[in-house]
Amino acid sequence: MELSIIIEKFLLITVVLVVSLVVAMYMTLVERRFAAFFQDRLGPNRAGPWGILQPLADGVKLFTKEEILPANANKLLFIVGPSLAMFTATIGSAVIPWGRDLVLGDRVISLQVADINIGLLYIFGVVSLGVYGMMIGGWASNNKYSLMGAIRAASQSISYEIAMGLAIIAILMVTGTLSLRGIVEGQSSSLMGISGLGWNVFYQPVAFLIYLICMFAECNRTPFDLPECESELVAGYHTEHSSMKLGFYLFAEYINMFVSSAVVSALFFGGYNFPGQDALAASGVHANIITIIGLAAFFLKIAFFLFLFVWVRWTIPRFRYDQLMRLGWNMLVPLAIANIGITGVVMYLTGHIK
Amino acid sequence: MESLTNRKKVVEQKPMTFLERIYLPAIFQGLGITMKHFFRKKATIQYPDVKREFSTNFRGIHSLKRDEEGRERCTACGLCALSCPAEAITMIAAERKPGEEALYREEKYAATYEINMLRCIFCGFCEEACPKEAIYLDGDIPPANFDRDNFIYGKDKLVEPIHKK
Ligand code: SF4
Ligand code: SF4
Repeated sequence: MELSIIIEKFLLITVVLVVSLVVAMYMTLVERRFAAFFQDRLGPNRAGPWGILQPLADGVKLFTKEEILPANANKLLFIVGPSLAMFTATIGSAVIPWGRDLVLGDRVISLQVADINIGLLYIFGVVSLGVYGMMIGGWASNNKYSLMGAIRAASQSISYEIAMGLAIIAILMVTGTLSLRGIVEGQSSSLMGISGLGWNVFYQPVAFLIYLICMFAECNRTPFDLPECESELVAGYHTEHSSMKLGFYLFAEYINMFVSSAVVSALFFGGYNFPGQDALAASGVHANIITIIGLAAFFLKIAFFLFLFVWVRWTIPRFRYDQLMRLGWNMLVPLAIANIGITGVVMYLTGHIK
Repeated sequence: MESLTNRKKVVEQKPMTFLERIYLPAIFQGLGITMKHFFRKKATIQYPDVKREFSTNFRGIHSLKRDEEGRERCTACGLCALSCPAEAITMIAAERKPGEEALYREEKYAATYEINMLRCIFCGFCEEACPKEAIYLDGDIPPANFDRDNFIYGKDKLVEPIHKK
């Protein structure tokens, strides 16, 4: 029994890891292709049909490029930086509930690596660890511009984490749990007669908006990509990194995008809940099939948010640094606090809290 | 100060309204605009496979024409060289010998005729100046090369091949 659980979890971890790596890999292609579409171009479409071999070509290129270790860099930290970025990006997916339980015979397989009851806190812990990857990378390069890029990145991450946390508190008040599975289960209620549509985004639109903005900032995506904008502000914290070490940083960004898309879908868009699920269950469809449809629905939501990342990137110009800080501290933080207050008042008036 | 033209505009710097300050309406508008482009027809041409057609007034490599009987039309009058603002054309004239009537249309012809493609600005003045309709810029884009010498196009490259009858 013990062994089978270990094997089961090991398989699940492998699958989740492989999926997130593949998604990250192909996001580079999707990003480039869609960027082209937004600009009336076609994008890379030469390597294989529709260019699907392009990520492999990019990978080979990054692996075979010359490794440059700056003479005055701290050798150990210089390598630890990208590894840490990659590591923190991948471990975030451990607490995401990918679907309901699969029932095979008398075995119940949970589609979640670890259902810890502080899942949300874990996510926040991992997200704030991500700062170390950038900070160490910038520091170890022993280059003033990298260091400045790293400081930019760190201060941005920290600023937006606060607003993000405050936005989440309103969600916690509504759902009353820190477990991600609990939060997703809480959204399986019905809205206007449609089951599985009781998504938090309908109850907490402001929190969602704040969270979304902070999510973009945490992932260092446009319009918050000052930490690593390639051309205008001296690449950022990874100025000195070359070949696959740079590749790791870029890759970590895409994994981060995938994981945070999953988190935001779970927190606000009902995770694996989909409209009409109760009617489907009542009509006698096997529970496993509903689980699989739910899984598909979840990935559809993730895909939407991944697309949103790309869409926004090719629409909005970058913020100036003071605008960025003003938005974070002067607008989002007060707004989130007000949201908490209003949520509390409304919950009191509707009798949710005595 | 009195303005010199009537095109002067006073720049207004109104303070932004609340809706403008929270950026969101503008952002959604922008998202709409980029979304429209997502589905537009793409302007890309798959270059090595598909070549774009040149416009009808495209000016490419010069060619020295022959007449219906395959004789070179150019009479080495030098008008093209004279009209060339880039001074790209040089030629040496020679007199037609008896027996060469099938080669050259006039008594005088260009023994050498060179255009320096690095100087040429493809203005087309040579084409316009020629009284004999001997030179046209109806070729391709001059291909790239590693040597400057190869950009001086002589008669071997300029004169049209003889039509097979
Ligand atoms: S196209 Fe203009 S620049 Fe070129 S050779 Fe003719 S006259 Fe000279
Ligand atoms: S103007 Fe015409 S005929 Fe005269 S030299 Fe030039 S190409 Fe020959």
